[in-house]
Amino acid sequence: MFLLRLLLKNAFRHKLRTGLTLVGLVVAVCAFGLLRTIVDAWYAGVEASSSTRLVTRSATSLTFPLPLNYAQRIRGVDGVSAISWANWFGGIYITERNFFPQFAVDAASYLALYPEYVLPETEKLGFLRDRQGAVVGRKLADKFGWKVGDQIPLRGTIYPGTWNFTLRGIWDGVDAKTDESQMLFHWAFVNESLRKRLSGRSDYVGVYIVGINEPNNAALISQRVDAQFKNSLAETLTETEKAFQLSFVSMSEAILVAIQAVSLIIIIIIMAVMANTMTMTARERLAEYATLKALGFSPGFVVQLLFGESLLIALIGGVLGLVLTWPMASAFGAAAGTLFPVFQISGLTMALQVLAAAVVGVVAAVWPAWRMSRIDIVAGLRHVG
Amino acid sequence: MKAIPFAYIVRNLWVRRVTTLLTALGMALVVYVFATVLMMSEGIRATLVATGQADNVIVLRKGAGAEINSAIARAQAAIIETLPGIATDALGRRLVSKEPVVLNNLPKRGSGKPSNVSVRGTSELGLQLRPQVRLVEGRLFRPGSSEVVAGRAVASGFQGVGLGETLRFAGREWTVVGVFDAGRSGFDSEIWGDAEQMMQAFRRNAYSSVVFRLADLDGFDNARAALDDDPRLSLEAKREVRFYAEQSEALATFINILGLSLSVIFSIGAVVGAMITMFAAVASRVGEIGTLRALGFRRSAVLIAFLGEALLLALVGGVIGMGAASLMQTVNISTTNFQTFAELAFQFKLTPLIAGQTLLFALCMGLVGGFIPAWRAARLAIVDCLREA
Repeated sequence: MFLLRLLLKNAFRHKLRTGLTLVGLVVAVCAFGLLRTIVDAWYAGVEASSSTRLVTRSATSLTFPLPLNYAQRIRGVDGVSAISWANWFGGIYITERNFFPQFAVDAASYLALYPEYVLPETEKLGFLRDRQGAVVGRKLADKFGWKVGDQIPLRGTIYPGTWNFTLRGIWDGVDAKTDESQMLFHWAFVNESLRKRLSGRSDYVGVYIVGINEPNNAALISQRVDAQFKNSLAETLTETEKAFQLSFVSMSEAILVAIQAVSLIIIIIIMAVMANTMTMTARERLAEYATLKALGFSPGFVVQLLFGESLLIALIGGVLGLVLTWPMASAFGAAAGTLFPVFQISGLTMALQVLAAAVVGVVAAVWPAWRMSRIDIVAGLRHVG
Repeated sequence: MKAIPFAYIVRNLWVRRVTTLLTALGMALVVYVFATVLMMSEGIRATLVATGQADNVIVLRKGAGAEINSAIARAQAAIIETLPGIATDALGRRLVSKEPVVLNNLPKRGSGKPSNVSVRGTSELGLQLRPQVRLVEGRLFRPGSSEVVAGRAVASGFQGVGLGETLRFAGREWTVVGVFDAGRSGFDSEIWGDAEQMMQAFRRNAYSSVVFRLADLDGFDNARAALDDDPRLSLEAKREVRFYAEQSEALATFINILGLSLSVIFSIGAVVGAMITMFAAVASRVGEIGTLRALGFRRSAVLIAFLGEALLLALVGGVIGMGAASLMQTVNISTTNFQTFAELAFQFKLTPLIAGQTLLFALCMGLVGGFIPAWRAARLAIVDCLREA
């Protein structure tokens, strides 16, 4: 208890310096947490994926469509319990800046495969009955202020022309991990229009979503599906939804690695600042430490004092930073909008923030503590003059 | 007015080497992040700008934005070929290349993680249209065969794309017979083969884009007007330079915004560090300041001396940080460009402008961090200073 009071008194003896160091620490811990959360947000799609869904796409790349008749053949594969399909629409709502994902889906089977999209029964029926209808996630609807019944025009990039959809429902995610920033409409509606205008491009599917009952058999069922289409014109690649989502994340891996590296750099920066503070503190208190030693305190006590003070400052800064990360993250999440469908601080991030602060505290005190434990009493006392 | 000698400033920093170094190190790291980010977005921009040729025009379907979204039917492509104002080569052939572009999902060397690589069907004329492309290994694909040549970055970065290896896609085995260097342009991240073979293999009846060279640079407006006026075509012509510059925009802007906001947040940490150091420098030298003032140096001279010290400190940090960042120029990186959904390899690129901006940024940090302590030093009364000493 006595030691703690001494540490507190020591830490705030130089109020301005300690205050500035704390500001630096808070900024660093906050930035570290925010960056980690951004990286986590990138993996949100992976986290939200279900182990009972597989995704079948063209083996060449996602941009190659698969024939519609594959649906029947995949449904017949042993172990497959349900099937649906989706096409990436890639439309532009007013300007390119309003980017959000849109999928033309086989609505009834798709919604059955995605129980995490919670849609009121009346809205669901309204959507299924209206061929030109669409449903969107809550976050997306809030962003553009859409209400059920609104008209949503999209300018096609992959599918030429302007497309009008009527909003028939807004879904809520079953938990915070669920993506609420997508728009879904009827594949059949898009396909019909294509058949009339560009007949060569109709009756194609972007990806098949395959429902399975037994997640343990995922690998086996994937192989069976792909074997069906081996050596055909459109060979397939089936993988778990998680692997499918991960392949997107790995595309921007260079950027993710950079963000992770940068989040460590900020900790090193603050380590340098903190080490500087502790070195200065120790230098100024040379005479005090010499006096303590002259009074019979062991060098270990001096080391304890320095480490304790450094850790104390670092932890105060770390906890303040941790607390401040919450409002920062929610402000950032709101500003980023639908860019990051899910933006949440994970427990691991919080633990790492505190750990980082503690490491900064310990490392900063190493050099001054080593110096001070070895000072010559006489030289130290003489330093006063 | 007499200024305090510069040597005094330098020696003050030297006396407290550990503190100076730690503070400068903090600043150097911020400067490093700042410079790397600018170099990264400049690298992406430079790579894609180098991809376009000033006198080339690219035609896509209206509203497509990227080659993979676009489709130009054979009949439409034939109309484009007959446009007036297209340059001819030595043999009198019109310099037009009708190209299918598709994405192929290939595993990277090393990590094995898949990423999309652009596969372009082209012809001998297509090569003439891109003078920056040189074959460095092997030979060109033979027309009418399942042979491909790979860009330098793809050949070294992806499995199965090295010289002599084979790729399997569209139900065929394709042999890589050559590796080309596209002068650090976007084509380094592409695989090229025979256009007609690709159309057959992919069972496509539409090209993705048509590229042609203008006989004369000012002919662009005429060519575009001719395309726009034709009711059979719903196509859009763009100068190649502009088209590729637009492809770099989203990724370069994203990196810029993310990186610069990070630099600003990080700079708070470094500025705090500089402030702590400078406050300590002032506090330990109160006696000296008093003496200097008593000797006749003005308040402004003291202010300038301490500000100079902070700026010099920042300059040391800035130079260290930029030195580290300039080493990044040797690193090749590659990531997916969101706009094309395809892999793009590029280098960090340090330009004089970026070097200038970086040093200015470092000095700004020094100025912000040093001003309050220097101001305080200048405001001290002579008597108090001398008494305290």
